[in-house]
Amino acid sequence: MELLKLTAKEAADKLHSKEVSCAELTKASLEQIKAKNESINAYITVCEEEALQQAEQIDAKIAAGEAMEPLAGVPYAIKDNICTKGVRTTCASKMLGNFVPPYNAYAAERLSKDGVMLGKLNMDEFAMGSSNETSYFGAVHNPYDLDRVPGGSSGGSAAAVAAGMAYYTLGSDTGGSIRLPASFCGVTGLKPTYGTVSRFGLVAFASSLDQIGPLAKSAEDVAYIMNRITGHDKMDSTSLDIAYPDYTKALQGDVKDMKIALVREYFAGADAAVDASVKAAVKQLTDMGAQCDEISMPITDYALPAYYIISSSEASSNLARYDGVKYGFRAEKFEDLTDMYFKTRDEGFGDEVKRRIMLGTYALSSGYYDAYYKKAQQVRTMIKQGFDKVFETYDMIASPVYPTTAFGIGEKTDDPVKMYAGDLCTVSVNIAGLPGMSLPCGFDEKGLPIGLQLIGKPFGEETLLRAAHAFQCATDYHKGGAQA
Amino acid sequence: MSEYEAVIGIEMHAELSTKTKIYCGCKNEFGGEINTHCCPVCTGMPGTLPVLNEKVVEYAVKAGCALNCSIANLSKQDRKNYFYPDLPKAYQISQFDIPLCADGYVDIPLESGTKRIGITRIHIEEDAGKLLHDASDTDSLVDFNRCGVPLIEIVSEPDLRSSEEARVYLETLRSILQYIDVSDCKMQEGSIRCDVNVSIRPKGQKEFGVRSEMKNVNSFRGAIRGIEYEIARQTALLEAGGQVVQETRRWDDAKGESVSMRSKEEAQDYRYFPEPDLMPIRIEKETVEKIRQELPELPHVKRARYVSELGLPEYDAGILTEYRPTAEFFEAAVAAGASAKGASNWIMGDISRILKEKDILIDDVPFSPQQLAEMVQLIESGAISNSAGKKVLETLFESPKAPKQIVEELGLAQISDEGALQKMVQDVLEQNPQSIEDYKAGKDRAIKFMMGQVMKLSKGKANPQTVNALLKEELDKR
Repeated sequence: MELLKLTAKEAADKLHSKEVSCAELTKASLEQIKAKNESINAYITVCEEEALQQAEQIDAKIAAGEAMEPLAGVPYAIKDNICTKGVRTTCASKMLGNFVPPYNAYAAERLSKDGVMLGKLNMDEFAMGSSNETSYFGAVHNPYDLDRVPGGSSGGSAAAVAAGMAYYTLGSDTGGSIRLPASFCGVTGLKPTYGTVSRFGLVAFASSLDQIGPLAKSAEDVAYIMNRITGHDKMDSTSLDIAYPDYTKALQGDVKDMKIALVREYFAGADAAVDASVKAAVKQLTDMGAQCDEISMPITDYALPAYYIISSSEASSNLARYDGVKYGFRAEKFEDLTDMYFKTRDEGFGDEVKRRIMLGTYALSSGYYDAYYKKAQQVRTMIKQGFDKVFETYDMIASPVYPTTAFGIGEKTDDPVKMYAGDLCTVSVNIAGLPGMSLPCGFDEKGLPIGLQLIGKPFGEETLLRAAHAFQCATDYHKGGAQA
Repeated sequence: MSEYEAVIGIEMHAELSTKTKIYCGCKNEFGGEINTHCCPVCTGMPGTLPVLNEKVVEYAVKAGCALNCSIANLSKQDRKNYFYPDLPKAYQISQFDIPLCADGYVDIPLESGTKRIGITRIHIEEDAGKLLHDASDTDSLVDFNRCGVPLIEIVSEPDLRSSEEARVYLETLRSILQYIDVSDCKMQEGSIRCDVNVSIRPKGQKEFGVRSEMKNVNSFRGAIRGIEYEIARQTALLEAGGQVVQETRRWDDAKGESVSMRSKEEAQDYRYFPEPDLMPIRIEKETVEKIRQELPELPHVKRARYVSELGLPEYDAGILTEYRPTAEFFEAAVAAGASAKGASNWIMGDISRILKEKDILIDDVPFSPQQLAEMVQLIESGAISNSAGKKVLETLFESPKAPKQIVEELGLAQISDEGALQKMVQDVLEQNPQSIEDYKAGKDRAIKFMMGQVMKLSKGKANPQTVNALLKEELDKR
């Protein structure tokens, strides 16, 4: 069990110093998956045989003294909307229940080099949801309290790390889908600047907002994973052709003179425990030399509607290809082509996906486009400008990730608007394409984790990692305990 | 009928002849095995992304320059959303409100003179696949080879007034696109397809009538027939006191009629929005200028030059310049020493006839323009007769070698030696006293008969001009 408590970096160090073998790490993870997956439901697909084979190869390479990347051989898992060659990629939907991609996503390809992939992780269907309850393969349960949600949409990615079922995972974040589950499950997650991780092979939900990112036990791990998954990719036109830093170098140094903004709007509606923990965390940072001011960004009030219009509009188009013609699910009985479309999409998609498709189709319709989609894009520009202004003075923004700690399974499923409202603190980051991080900063009275969100400038990942690492060096919140 | 005037606008879709498709690295080639020229990107597999082929932009800008358009220095691509099995993403990446090229024109040669037709816009987009309905008894199958083939859509102003103007417009556009080498414009391979907008109005009226849009027009002939059908249909409607309704119609080429597809009320809402997977297209002014300067001589300029510099008749110049390879063949022959009129006559006459018989294009002619020039020179110098030239040409098509060699091998050299011919003329005159009588009596046929006899005697090699002169000379002596 001790092996499972290691961070990815710690496991890598033991592996490369031959204290432990890759096979041992892999077997320990697979055993934990066997023991826990029935109750947590973090995995949709477990690649036991392949993982063990990969582990054997890596052990041989280590024995032969071959040079390898720092995290090579540390078992990981990938959210099931990131394509993996030869391994089915379902997006937690009946629609793609049998889809096996003939290609790897860019990020999956990068990790697969000297990597052990344990399997594919549960999520909200097509990444649409904040609680991981919309999965066709059943809800994911929070390792801290099985009656509670892990947060969504990368619920499996966060729960797997928290429960020791993988050393690190990849998630995707369109409106908070990495940060929210990281917060609810007490792990560290980063949504990178839009364009730093290729979207090639990430099954699109909302193309202008989606971004792949890591979830792990520490900011240090996140930095190492970032080194592996960032970079320019010619297959993604929105991938940025810039010089990518060595993110692990950012871990050195301190937070002295860092300027942090507390945006008042992000604290509206926050539970007392969340409010107190986040403010205590900020105080911890100021105690270490950072400066902090409270400011206001009134445009934040418009972020949620703008987000739901833009993301749903893009989704309505992105998900139109699932029509039963080429791959994935097709209804068995139908009259003609139109009926095939109707029945396939009716039977293949869950309620939340249908709701977003309808919302987006409506927002793009002739006569409504100007009032919804166009206006939302205008709000988007204003939100970006708002952030630009804040970042003229500040290095980062600190806020809660979510107004509450993990809520109960079934608690919000009957009220989509209430569910959407919780995303207030996270969606602006995607709208503006900024990096955003979630790290554990406390527990509520029930012992549930609370997350601190750090928002940076474009390409400000290094600042976020430095602050997060400094915080984690001074505190123990990220050491959790749910995996036991 | 004559009291109405037609108003016609045409949207022409032309496939660009880039090596690869518009958003992936697949070959852009016609006629591959079904579903072999496709990949995860052009078949819209989950998680794949489009990457714009820069050549497509370059080709479209070329077309824009050739059609006198202004080129947008910042343009974007948009999604046009609709469901159809040949459209794997269920949206077509096209351009909506900011096309690459806009506000151009093309001058078309009509019998009444040149007419300027406005070009509203040119935009780039991807082609869809093809449904195969006959491959299975129960299902339709899809061939994705054509998915992602780059297209430009050239939209005209409603400036055309008859099917004849439409024909000349389409032929002019085709000729220009071939000249600038952006599309091969092969109709039979579906390289060009049209949507045609037609309305009619009483002559003299300024306001447009209600128009119909006709889709699925896959040939120029179909476009002309479709336009004529629409004009007749709308005229009959109005004359019967009815009204034209705004609608989309489908042209059925086999039946020679258009049928209603959907009315304005049922018009599809394509929910266009900016394609988030692609960055805006930026084109520097210098790039446009460079493309503009590198444009080849366009057909109408060439045509005018053939008339003014080479002294060809308008008719010849028009035919020679319509298809760029023809013009190139002609110019190369002239450069190699053929007279312009001589080369023109042979290209427009026997060469074009034989091409038609063999069903090949001038691109595939087995001999060189230099060989044609040599043959023309042999005729013009009197070394061989015109009819011997035809034989040389036929031989050139079969086994191309130096025309001089062919002349030798076939013994086609003309006898122009007066001494030898004199003897033959004498012989013929002596054997045909009656013909001399007839000639003296003013019967013109007689000299033709005697000419024929000399040619027969010379086995067709006698130089007819010389024989003619000698005959007259001899007859006048008698």
